[in-house]
Amino acid sequence: MGIPIMSEWQARGEAPDVLFWVGCAGSFDPRARRVTKALAAILEHADVRYAVLGREEMCTGDPVRRAGNEFLFQMMAHQNIKTLNGYGVKRIVTACPHCFNTLRNEYPELGGDYEVMHHAEFLQRLLDEGRIRIREGGPFRGRKVTYHDSCYLGRANGVYEAPRRVLEALDASLAEMGRCRSRGLCCGAGGAQMFKEEEKGERRINRERTDEALATGASVIAAACPFCNTMLTDGVKSAPGADKGDPAEVLDIAEMIAASLEGGHS
Amino acid sequence: MGLLPQIAFALMTGLAVWLFARRVSAIRRNILLGRDEELGGSRSERLRNLLMQALGQRRMFRNPLAAVLHLVIYAGFIIINAEVLEIVLDGLLGTHRLFAPLLGAAYPVLIDGFEILAAGVIAVCVVFLARRNILSIERFRSSDLDGWPRRDANIILLAEIVLMALFLTMNACDTLLQAHGVGHYADHPTGEFVVSSLLQPLLAGLSDDGLTAIERLCWWLHIAGILAFLNYLPRSKHLHILLAFPNAWYVRLAPAGRMPNMPEVQREVLYALDPLLASSAPVDATPTRFGARDVADLGWKNLMDAYSCTECGRCTAACPASQTGKKLSPRRIMMATRDRLEEVGAGIDRTGAVVDDGRSLLRDHISEEELRACTTCNACVTECPVGISPLDIILRMRRYLVMEEGSAPQEWTMMFGNVESSFAPWKIGGEERETWAEG
Repeated sequence: MGIPIMSEWQARGEAPDVLFWVGCAGSFDPRARRVTKALAAILEHADVRYAVLGREEMCTGDPVRRAGNEFLFQMMAHQNIKTLNGYGVKRIVTACPHCFNTLRNEYPELGGDYEVMHHAEFLQRLLDEGRIRIREGGPFRGRKVTYHDSCYLGRANGVYEAPRRVLEALDASLAEMGRCRSRGLCCGAGGAQMFKEEEKGERRINRERTDEALATGASVIAAACPFCNTMLTDGVKSAPGADKGDPAEVLDIAEMIAASLEGGHS
Repeated sequence: MGLLPQIAFALMTGLAVWLFARRVSAIRRNILLGRDEELGGSRSERLRNLLMQALGQRRMFRNPLAAVLHLVIYAGFIIINAEVLEIVLDGLLGTHRLFAPLLGAAYPVLIDGFEILAAGVIAVCVVFLARRNILSIERFRSSDLDGWPRRDANIILLAEIVLMALFLTMNACDTLLQAHGVGHYADHPTGEFVVSSLLQPLLAGLSDDGLTAIERLCWWLHIAGILAFLNYLPRSKHLHILLAFPNAWYVRLAPAGRMPNMPEVQREVLYALDPLLASSAPVDATPTRFGARDVADLGWKNLMDAYSCTECGRCTAACPASQTGKKLSPRRIMMATRDRLEEVGAGIDRTGAVVDDGRSLLRDHISEEELRACTTCNACVTECPVGISPLDIILRMRRYLVMEEGSAPQEWTMMFGNVESSFAPWKIGGEERETWAEG
């Protein structure tokens, strides 16, 4: 798969309809890269004219800002906004709720005003518009799926329904955890925790959350955030009995859609 | 009645109101030690929030049982306080049941309503005492409340029970005396009231003089109790019954995920990276300190939040760090902020100015370990029924730690280095960003 790079579009004198903000996890983390590829495959399937910044993309600054390093955040924001404004970017889609939140809520007052969508909202729109179709009897039909709300998608931005609508399109049966939507329990990665050891306590947060997800009896834990994905995957792999095979799969909603597209292969 | 009780009443009320006003102005002064805040939002949004959250208690209904119980006390206190107006006027004018002739047939109906609420308040206070002291509800058993906070909560509930009991006993005596045709009690017959009539059998053996003595005693203790409670309020977690309203009005209306900008840092970065653009950057007075080390470095809304907190612990019950046994408890962040602010305020009371006592909010009251346990998940903010943000305080203090002290866990320091050199939190970047399609 070739990657459509923004600078190449510009060299051709063309502009894409939407910029796919890949994010650092989506660019470098092996697990998150599979989500990036899934979302790119969906965009291609739906004939979305999109591009990525490639090497011109930088960390949005979310983790450094939340760790307290405002200087570094401002440096990242300034450079990213310069790049985005330089290309005249209007619409952005990203698979990372942290990038989504920063681009959408924190860049405008620094001079970066874009229509920013998380891929949950974008996928829902593509489904609603009929630009992507789920094939009959897809791989998740009838399977029990539980959805883990990302804090930066849910409480921070009020996006609770879009990812659930996307899962409904797969004909999966959705089993909610007790702590869901605005009561959703964090996976433990936010606020730059992803990049440090957890403070000492009785349990790990991802253990607590994964146990709750597994208790629903779901065979798929759906996530919409690369960091949640990592935390929950670690939780599943260290669950009791995991040595005899993982008790559930942790999948991003984009991977689930990509595996269920009409004309695709599971 | 002679003039003496009226004078005594006026002096007592005047003293109570003066003491209350003095304490309120000290709290206001303490809150205004905080920095200016950019709160955003329009007046109509603020009004809506005031109506929905403070008056309508919408967040409370995330927990319907507690919400209904709380609503009884809330309605009881707001409505029964209408009765206090009559009591105060009676006390000053030397009258008895001033409103009875004015309201006519509506008066007994009104008092019946007050009595039903009073009985409801007593019942709910008993349930609340049981919830706090007998049932094992985690947010009430938590060590956050050890010592004074737990005693404070019980004092409030007991005081409310006593005040309501005095009110009902007073009415029971009053209506008995009316029935006996005694003095001014009989001047405005109101008939029996719905709840206090049930207490009358207990008082039936008493002489009219005895009943009069109990009625007067209850009347005086009831109003003295209310005035004492008025002055207890601003020294207690119970201040939320007043501050919930301004706190809901001034709530942060920006999207929950947005961290407040630091224009002074924005400008410095612009100077460093793009000197030509820097002149167009917004100019702001440079603060003496980045982030917050002590209460005066926080915003005034953080400080009002601290005085508005009634230590219910919904935040801590929802906090992922608290739930997994980390040291962080968002409720304790608010309690520590108020304790420190009171400490600073006491210094101003003593000397007339902010004194350097060698202590600060950071470390003397809130540890780095607590600040670093936060995942910024916004659960605490979402749960708070009165619009408090413990998260905002945590993030301001993290800013101080990193920007003023360079104090961060080693992994964060490495992450900062990576973001600075490879523009990603990991030691990888540049062209590698274009290789995800390969595997």
